Amino acid sequence: MNIIVCVKHVPETAEAELKIDASGKGIEKTGLVYDINEWDDYALEEAVRIKEKVGGTVTAITVGPSDADSTLRKCLARGADSAIRLTDPKFEGSDAYAIAKILHSVIKNMQYDLILTGLQAGDDGYAAVSQILAEMLGIPHATMVKKLELDNGSAKVNRELEGGLEEVLEIKLPALFAVSTGINEPRYVSIMGIRKAMQKEIKVLGLADTGLTEADVGEQGSWLKIEKLYVPPVEKQAELIKGSPEEVAEKIAEILKARGLI
Amino acid sequence: MVEIFVLTEHRQGQIRDITFEMLTKAHEIAGNTNAETTALILGKDVKDKAAALTEYAQKVILIEDQKLENFNSEFYQKVLTQLIKEHKPILTMIGHTSYGIELTPRLAAALNTPLATDCIDVNLENKTLHVTRQMYGGKVNVNAVLTQAESYMVTIRQAAFTAQKPQPPVNGQIIEKPSPLTEEPATKRFVQYVLPPPGGIDITAAEKLVSIGRGIKDQANMPIIEELANAIGAAIGCSRPIVDKGWLPNDRQVGSSGKTVKPKLYIAIGISGAFQHVLGMKNSDLIIAINKDPNAPIFNFSDYGIVDDLFKIVPVLKDKISELKS
Ligand SMILES: Cc1cc2nc3c(=O)[nH]c(=O)nc-3n(C[C@H](O)[C@H](O)[C@H](O)COP(=O)(O)OP(=O)(O)OC[C@H]3O[C@@H](n4cnc5c(N)ncnc54)[C@H](O)[C@@H]3O)c2cc1C
Repeated sequence: MNIIVCVKHVPETAEAELKIDASGKGIEKTGLVYDINEWDDYALEEAVRIKEKVGGTVTAITVGPSDADSTLRKCLARGADSAIRLTDPKFEGSDAYAIAKILHSVIKNMQYDLILTGLQAGDDGYAAVSQILAEMLGIPHATMVKKLELDNGSAKVNRELEGGLEEVLEIKLPALFAVSTGINEPRYVSIMGIRKAMQKEIKVLGLADTGLTEADVGEQGSWLKIEKLYVPPVEKQAELIKGSPEEVAEKIAEILKARGLI
Repeated sequence: MVEIFVLTEHRQGQIRDITFEMLTKAHEIAGNTNAETTALILGKDVKDKAAALTEYAQKVILIEDQKLENFNSEFYQKVLTQLIKEHKPILTMIGHTSYGIELTPRLAAALNTPLATDCIDVNLENKTLHVTRQMYGGKVNVNAVLTQAESYMVTIRQAAFTAQKPQPPVNGQIIEKPSPLTEEPATKRFVQYVLPPPGGIDITAAEKLVSIGRGIKDQANMPIIEELANAIGAAIGCSRPIVDKGWLPNDRQVGSSGKTVKPKLYIAIGISGAFQHVLGMKNSDLIIAINKDPNAPIFNFSDYGIVDDLFKIVPVLKDKISELKS
């Protein structure tokens, strides 16, 4: 089974203070810690588990700057056999559609039985690249995959619907699956694994290698153009309770008592 | 007449709320742009549902087919491709839900129609589509514009709009069309629904919930939360990463892919407030959030906020509550 996994190198922002940059169209990236996108982490793990079970290869692909090598190295250390980075200054400003075109330009010439991706990226949250890529490749797909079983040229997948409900689908291979978090438990990387991964080569391709033109990629080749970033307006601002932990705890306890909650 | 399409989302005999939320927004846009709202409903034996939609849309296009009994994006794509080519709606609205996510990006690519996903606002001005969406887990809003086209597509976040019947009433007309689906074999087949087995605790029935998120850092830190919950007499809920890691069973998860709760008290500890989580708890009577990040979106949905390290606050809070109780 030859598996391609699409991954993205993204900033961790849950605990970071974000500042909008001077252009107003992005955030200040300095000081942010980058890692493999949370959803992709599960996609990679799923790919490696399948390989370990049935044999084959795992190729990790990313569209991103040279910094993204650290994410590809993580994939290699975790069990990917090879890695490809698609890099070009012209790719800057690409939305989901343009990214799908870039991935497609390379994947269409590869041999694969399965493509795995994360459901979405934690930064721009489009949840769209995978489905567009599947359409371009002309292969079936499923998103929000919570369970994946392969069986003789087809796959049985559980997709998560709202409220805890799931649906089971049967899909012919080759196919693309965009996985949800929790589909497996991503493994930790051993020091040995990281060392070995440092020696593996990462194949780097640019716009010229994709057969695409400047008009196909970046903002020009995108459906969506970002105009402005701003801090979301507040729906119901919390009243902040300030003071030492003792003072804060005291106030909360009193609020609960006053409302008959304790 | 220029049309705005809204795809009806239904499952197991129920039209889902997102449909009426989108229809409300579509009606507003249509009013401003001299367009008409058309609800599309695809299914099997769904005539009664089509009737319910006539209160919200000028037109209801109904297509029935055995194959459309359960949602299958492959069949939906075929039907919608034909309808969109035929009617050339200026805008097609679909929910950013498990169905809409599966279907829409691929449909947009097949039709080469510019798409914006997970929109929280949509505006049509001079045939240009402006959208608002979020990035970085809801920490940043983005205004964006779609590349100029004759037809656009969006997926809409759940609960971004409040459903409201149009006034004056629209009394839409139902138009039944034949299904374009053929006997061509599908690559994707719906097998069945599965519901995870019910667990021990029903958090939707709890009057008080202490809910934890990734800020708890390690399963080993759970006891301080349990002690707090015991002191308050609350059940323990959580955000999704806690279930993904297997620290709590999935029936404790609050949010769009978990449970919707409305307790008298909801204490969110180390939860950032991503909209999928907020969807499941924002209607709680009293919401208190503890988070060390002053910019965490959860504070925008809470009554009281404590910006501090949960490990400093939680143990002291437990003590104070135990003191006050005795
Ligand atoms: C299709 C789909 C469905 C989803 N369904 C759900 C759902 O049903 N429920 C759900 O919850 N999520 C759901 N999610 C995931 C959601 O988008 C978020 O990723 C998730 O809610 C984040 O959980 P969190 O707030 O615990 O973690 P994070 O976003 O990582 O936030 C952790 C927070 O803890 C704070 N923190 C860290 N350390 C401390 C400390 N010492 N003291 C105080 N605060 C601290 C940080 O400042 C941060 O705000 C879904 C996502 C998708 C794509």
